[in-house]
Amino acid sequence: MTAKLILSMDGVVMKEYPLTKERTTIGRKPHNDIAIDNLAVSSEHAAVITILNDSFFEDMGSTNGSVVNGTPTQKHFLQNNDVIEIGKYKLKYLNDQPTQTTSADFEKTMVLRAPVKQAKPEEGFNQTQINAGTAAPKLESTTQFNVTATKAEVPSAAPVASATQAQVAVIQILNGPNLGRELELSKNLTTLGKPGVQVAVLARRPHGYFITHVEGANFPSVNGTSVGEQPHQLKDHDIIELAGVKMEFYLKT
Amino acid sequence: MNISEALEIVSQTNPGMVRSHNEDSVSFDAAHGLVVLADGMGGYNAGEVASGIAVSVLTSEVKHRLDVVGPEQKDAESSDDVGVAVLRENVKKANLSIFNAAQSQPQYAGMGTTIVTGLFYDDRVAVAHVGDSRMYRLRGEVFEAITRDHSLLQEQIDSGIISKELARLSKNKNLVTRAVGIEADVVPEVHLYDVEIGDIYLLCSDGLNDMVEDEDIGATLQMLQGNLPLAATQLIEQANDNGGRDNVSVILVKVKGSYALPRGLWAKLKSWFKN
Repeated sequence: MTAKLILSMDGVVMKEYPLTKERTTIGRKPHNDIAIDNLAVSSEHAAVITILNDSFFEDMGSTNGSVVNGTPTQKHFLQNNDVIEIGKYKLKYLNDQPTQTTSADFEKTMVLRAPVKQAKPEEGFNQTQINAGTAAPKLESTTQFNVTATKAEVPSAAPVASATQAQVAVIQILNGPNLGRELELSKNLTTLGKPGVQVAVLARRPHGYFITHVEGANFPSVNGTSVGEQPHQLKDHDIIELAGVKMEFYLKT
Repeated sequence: MNISEALEIVSQTNPGMVRSHNEDSVSFDAAHGLVVLADGMGGYNAGEVASGIAVSVLTSEVKHRLDVVGPEQKDAESSDDVGVAVLRENVKKANLSIFNAAQSQPQYAGMGTTIVTGLFYDDRVAVAHVGDSRMYRLRGEVFEAITRDHSLLQEQIDSGIISKELARLSKNKNLVTRAVGIEADVVPEVHLYDVEIGDIYLLCSDGLNDMVEDEDIGATLQMLQGNLPLAATQLIEQANDNGGRDNVSVILVKVKGSYALPRGLWAKLKSWFKN
């Protein structure tokens, strides 16, 4: 379905404008696609550029400006239900074209047959890693026991099952110099251990938490039994042992 | 070091959680340092056919050429390294075979594929790609894409219409501006990069990077670099846990040692006697 703008004033719908053109103009003069005969509206007030399923709003340097979702705006990438205010008039943007995450059919890759310009090499962007170094218990006097994890943010396109959102699991250290220390498993992946010696990863998945051996000659054990190479699902109050460090896994309520 | 000892390569492909069949194809040839990943498109099973042709043309033809001439030699026609020329020529060759198949068989009409392929030689990697399958590199702490999608969205990002952050909200994902097999000719984008020991290269189809944030992909590789097969499994698991809307394929290449080709008079002499 084509995206559209719905013009209204004081809550009364006046007209619907489908965004079928690449450029839809808004202004006081009658040649505009959306002509609003009101002195608060500049003769060429704004334009909406539509590229396939995406639309962009742009104020054309109007005298009184434009407001999108309550904020004075020059340029804006329109999302479904956005409201553009020009003077007393409101333009609601509707685009219920399913997004990629809601329709399997729509996301099939398609080829756009258009002249292509030569791409330039991509500029680098940094990937940062959180190192929870302060919560790191010592294995030996000289070696650090590292705890690293992915960012906690869950991408909007990637909802995590409600069960894991409500319950955060925690690892509590039961022996050694860091006795009593707690680590919240709020990330998708958390590694435990020392690289090159013994490392295990704790994965938070929609249906629970899993421990998997990553490297080292010995496997981690859960409740005294070695987990081997396969992922092992953790239960509340399981005792994990890894490189001599004992930890309790439990779910915080 | 011999190239198959210097590189650790793993690959995995999975249909995902929604699609009934897998239109991705992956392959690698450790002895020649070649990795290929293709994400096919087209009705019925045409997508599989297209990506399958692309991968088999690349693997057989590149091997064929490299058995005759070294990748570090200069290509007479293009004056590029043979390693670079061989990728460019064979992406074009795959393009023509897919295009011809699509023209001659009605059930394959309109099929095509994206492709990303790497040839590791002489402590370098030649990378060719068409479409939105990507190659990423983890070097130390830095994880970044070294290919740039041939997609409408990437063009919009490049021209400043839309920011990288807002691009996630776009409804115009999945529109590629270049693909293999759609027209009689295609221009692959080819670059040559130096590699460093410890680098990890990731080739993936958009089923991974559409479902998992770059940041999480990078962190996964960083954490699990000691166990490459597990890293590949975890990446696919994350894409599927997040919805698995598309086929997911990954190839991981870890550079464990130098694979520089022998240089100098002595090396030349040695290779002379070997022949």
